[in-house]
Amino acid sequence: MKKQIAVIDYGMGNLHSVASALMCIDDKLDVRVTGDARQIAEADHVIFPGVGAIGDCMAEIRRLNVDAVVADTIDSGKPLLAICVGMQALMQRSDENQGVDCLGYFPGEVKFFADNAQFKQNNQAARVSEKMKVPHMGWNNLEQTIEHPLWHNIDNAARFYFVHSYYVDTQPECVAGTCEYGLCFSAALAKRSVFATQFHPEKSHQSGLQLLKNFIQWNGTC
Amino acid sequence: MPLAKRIIPCLDVDKGRVVKGVQFADIRDAGDPVEVAKKYNQQGADEITFLDITASHEDRATTAFTVEKIAAEVFIPLTVGGGIRELDDIRNMLNAGADKVGINSAAVRKPEFVQRAAQRFGSQCIVVAIDAKSVGAAEAPKRWEIFTHGGRKPTGIDAVQWAVKMADYGAGEILLTSMDQDGTKDGFDLSLTRAISEAVPIPVIASGGVGTLQHLADGVLQGGADAVLAASIFHFGEYSIAQAKAHLHAQGIEVRI
Repeated sequence: MKKQIAVIDYGMGNLHSVASALMCIDDKLDVRVTGDARQIAEADHVIFPGVGAIGDCMAEIRRLNVDAVVADTIDSGKPLLAICVGMQALMQRSDENQGVDCLGYFPGEVKFFADNAQFKQNNQAARVSEKMKVPHMGWNNLEQTIEHPLWHNIDNAARFYFVHSYYVDTQPECVAGTCEYGLCFSAALAKRSVFATQFHPEKSHQSGLQLLKNFIQWNGTC
Repeated sequence: MPLAKRIIPCLDVDKGRVVKGVQFADIRDAGDPVEVAKKYNQQGADEITFLDITASHEDRATTAFTVEKIAAEVFIPLTVGGGIRELDDIRNMLNAGADKVGINSAAVRKPEFVQRAAQRFGSQCIVVAIDAKSVGAAEAPKRWEIFTHGGRKPTGIDAVQWAVKMADYGAGEILLTSMDQDGTKDGFDLSLTRAISEAVPIPVIASGGVGTLQHLADGVLQGGADAVLAASIFHFGEYSIAQAKAHLHAQGIEVRI
């Protein structure tokens, strides 16, 4: 039996790169980019991606009943990987788009870098070549704060590719990894069968492909 | 450890081949874009920019096909620019596997296009490409104007003001090319780079004029660029991406090695 991977499609963003990264890891995987609840329910592993603004993403998630699909996936205990805005959508609320209520699987909120006092203070003190722009765009070090199957064979402080203007502020017990950008923010979260990354593993070359490989091999327990 | 400065090799692609001109002319063949992109990926490039300079509309299908082939094998961010005029062009390129699109002339013609594109697809994938040239008397404070159509058409628009406006309109990044320096191998226009980098809150990619590895370092240290883009020094084997990173690293610049 081929292992089935569903990449949840709700019309937001470039899902092909996630799918082609998975195919590159193992061309025997059955990868489906789909919004169909039945296909997602049949899959062994589920990926919840997302790009763009949270307001549009949440609107589409609700309109297409993706919220129910995500909740069912989590209830079933099968491994779920949320990426970028997918991770932000799992928080309680985001400050983006004048404030948007999200799915609330993880406690905490999503905030704007440039509104943070510490970020502003650090940026004022920075030299011209070290000014921090928003979006936080590019390769940054990921500090692994817990042991987790998804960190298998990935060096602590390995660089991953980030592109985001809002960051997740959550409870320490959910954090799997942190990153520094004017402040220390939660760059990876873990709780039961769910793992979430602010960075894009599908764009993070070797380390990213390794993380996806670890995800495919993960049974959802820690 | 802070965010790494990015080194971005640029592929100017015409009808499915990588080419490189000097000051937008004198084209020289530099290979198959898929092979070139794979080579840079292996060397540790942080992103790849693909500029479609194909003149005719019909040949654009080739571009989408090439982007698709690159995206299936190269797992670092890919920006595609050239000929992006409509929301559909953006959707096509993102569907083909691009992560970001570069918008140039269409933004000048209709600045609201950038707004609509950012609203629809998110600022993270909208790069506004600016081709700037210095204007005015030598003694006067420096000024730059933007040019479109591969640097042939003046617009009378001030480059710094334009960059600020594009950031306000939702651009996620600026790709800044100096028309005076492009192809010269004399280095970036550092005062232009710095003027724009200090004026906008979003990342700036410096482009145009790289001839040595020190030029890349200068773009970061003096120009304040968040990323540096070059084509010919990498295409013709003068330097590898790894050498460029080692050079920047030796000067205390944070890079991904």
